Amino acid sequence: MFEKALIGNRGYWGWIALLLSIALLLSVMTIGFITYLRQLNYGLGITGMSRDVSWGLYIAQFTFLVGVAASAVMLIIPYYLHDYKKFGKIIILGEFLAISAVVMCMLFVFADLGQPFRVLNIILHPTPSSIMFWDMIVLNGYLLLNIIIGWAVLSAERNDVSPPGWVKPLIYLSIPWAISIHTVTAFLYAGLPGRHLWLTAIMAPRFLASAFASGPALLIILCLIVRRITKFDPGNEAIQTLGKIVTYAMIINIFFFALELFTVFYSKIPGHTHPFKYLFFGIEGQGKLIPWMWTAALLAIAAIILLINPGTRKNENILMAAAVGVFISTWIDKGMGLVVGGFIPNPFEEITEYLPTAPEVLITLGVWAAGLLIITMFYKITV
Amino acid sequence: MYDGNKIITGLIIFACLVTFPFLYNFGKANAKPDPKLDTPVIQQMKEKRCIETKEFMRANHMQLLDEWREAVRDGKRVYVNSSGESYKISLQNTCLKCHSNTKEFCDECHDYMSVKIYCWDCHIRVKS
Amino acid sequence: MSYELKANRRQFFKILGISALSGAGSISSLFALTQHSSLSTHHLGKRWAMVVDMGKFKTEEDYKRCIDACHHIHNVPDFGNPKDEIKWIWTAPYKNAFPEQEHEYIRDDIKNKPFMVLCNHCDNPSCVRVCPTKATFKRQDGIVAMDYHRCIGCRFCMAACPYGSRSFNWRDPQPFIKEKNIEYPMRTKGVVEKCNFCEERLAEGLPPACVEACKDNKALVFGDLNNPDSEVRKILSSRYAIRRKPELGTQPGVYYIV
Repeated sequence: MFEKALIGNRGYWGWIALLLSIALLLSVMTIGFITYLRQLNYGLGITGMSRDVSWGLYIAQFTFLVGVAASAVMLIIPYYLHDYKKFGKIIILGEFLAISAVVMCMLFVFADLGQPFRVLNIILHPTPSSIMFWDMIVLNGYLLLNIIIGWAVLSAERNDVSPPGWVKPLIYLSIPWAISIHTVTAFLYAGLPGRHLWLTAIMAPRFLASAFASGPALLIILCLIVRRITKFDPGNEAIQTLGKIVTYAMIINIFFFALELFTVFYSKIPGHTHPFKYLFFGIEGQGKLIPWMWTAALLAIAAIILLINPGTRKNENILMAAAVGVFISTWIDKGMGLVVGGFIPNPFEEITEYLPTAPEVLITLGVWAAGLLIITMFYKITV
Repeated sequence: MYDGNKIITGLIIFACLVTFPFLYNFGKANAKPDPKLDTPVIQQMKEKRCIETKEFMRANHMQLLDEWREAVRDGKRVYVNSSGESYKISLQNTCLKCHSNTKEFCDECHDYMSVKIYCWDCHIRVKS
Repeated sequence: MSYELKANRRQFFKILGISALSGAGSISSLFALTQHSSLSTHHLGKRWAMVVDMGKFKTEEDYKRCIDACHHIHNVPDFGNPKDEIKWIWTAPYKNAFPEQEHEYIRDDIKNKPFMVLCNHCDNPSCVRVCPTKATFKRQDGIVAMDYHRCIGCRFCMAACPYGSRSFNWRDPQPFIKEKNIEYPMRTKGVVEKCNFCEERLAEGLPPACVEACKDNKALVFGDLNNPDSEVRKILSSRYAIRRKPELGTQPGVYYIV
């Protein structure tokens, strides 16, 4: 099936564009990999992380991408449980997006380890009390499920037969499994005493809501790009339905965030208010994330206004802009905002700030390039 | 045979590459490792012997040290050897007290065998 | 004993019930239960603890002596910058060590007085709970210890510790250790480290290095909480002592007399 990744039926320039983008992605990956070797040699001190902010850009990307991976259920549920045939063409795109997102998650966790060669210790010394142990299990399981399902469905499609019977139970299993990967990822944070920003029972629902907004938003972006540069048409109605899903999910996401704000600022418990104050207004003149957080907030509001109004949502260009807005907004909020915000102030109520360093950004870009390359390959196979 | 010349040339290049390490070292007598035991502490010992027999240590020191790594976990810090003598489980405070010449003792064989150990990342050896 | 049995049984059924509800959790809950019982120290031999008598820390030298003793003996590096910093025992002003106890009108000399802080060796250590490899674990005598051979450097324990007691080796510490103590190992880059209550000295029957360093004024007292005649128990029953962030239920093993 891979040969289809290398032969095309489009015009000459489409080919060139594809090859150029693959070359670009490969070079970004190479730079990232070389930088990773530097990190391996020097240690994680090459990043901006410190004793006080001990997780940063890598874990932020990991957290965000688990959501993108989980959001494939937003296609699976309508298509398989409600027989919504309009998703027929894009369901496989969602599946492959999930696979590449999980691969990126794993690469980011690996990049974040201080002793990456000892990673098998998680399996050699299994520790069920650790949420990270469960996260490893659910993520690997989800990857396997999606590879099997994606492959079986795609093979059947190419042979013009319906998928084999044994795939159905796996597809049904993948629905709660998708919910589980993001719930367990939320539990990484939501059960830690003394980290006030994270210690909230609605962390998992918030994660799911923002995932179901960001994942389909990314899918809209990808669908519109694919439609523009290839003959493949995911279908107008399918894209519009995705738009509605993003609208609902984003509104719920913002609603959950508002719930947090109420509890925190009505109760006025100092420890709980500090991270929010730091993120949006800064504390003691320190607030490197302020512009990012307000960008996220404004983009979220603007996107919701554009999405909620059918007139604007139905315009493809505006839909694209709104999807980009949702994607960036959730990427900031659930990435750097959530992870870094959780560490500030530190347990001594002191502010230590964090900004990623250049090598850290290069490694991060390298992983994203790897993910995009996987998507490109998969989509080339599909389209 | 089609392209016979090319195939034969290819085979010759392949054979050269594969045998290069052997040819390169051919005739060079590679000195056998000779771990030294002439540290002051060992010199002063009446009966020069390790915690187990020389043969046992030579064959099993890596497994023994690996087991010793568990001392910090189970709190058992005493090793009882095959003749019933007790030793404190500690690389730095037991092994290296006698084998202070790690360069001439440990590295001698490890280098010869191309074994890369990371003990010294943490365990301090006195410069010898 | 009987109460504890009952409590355990009640807890067992509670966990079992929750597992039944959640369906797949029965295996995990069994693990949780066994781990809980092995972690509970109340019925076992020793439970090491420390009392910090802050009134006895008067000069800067009083603090420095303890810190230097610890950091020298354990080969703790000094990077000279806060980003790479590694520390086992150090000082933090009262208002930072006890942020929820602070108020506007607190005596100035207390408010900014440096307090000795170190790993609390909790009864319910959240760092142990989250470690995916059991590289950090709780010993039966209450010491929260680390196995540096096993740590993968994920730093989940640093996120979980509510006391900021853990440090990470962001780079090779070796060049930054001024005087190496050849009786104790160093750490390698990429692992987490922290105070170990001098378990290597306790094994030899010696008190922790910091405690020994200030034995003249007895500013730090170390002993067994399970022994009613121990010095720590005597102090705790005669003087009012507080612990850091008691509301989190971690049950720290380090007590402060203000």
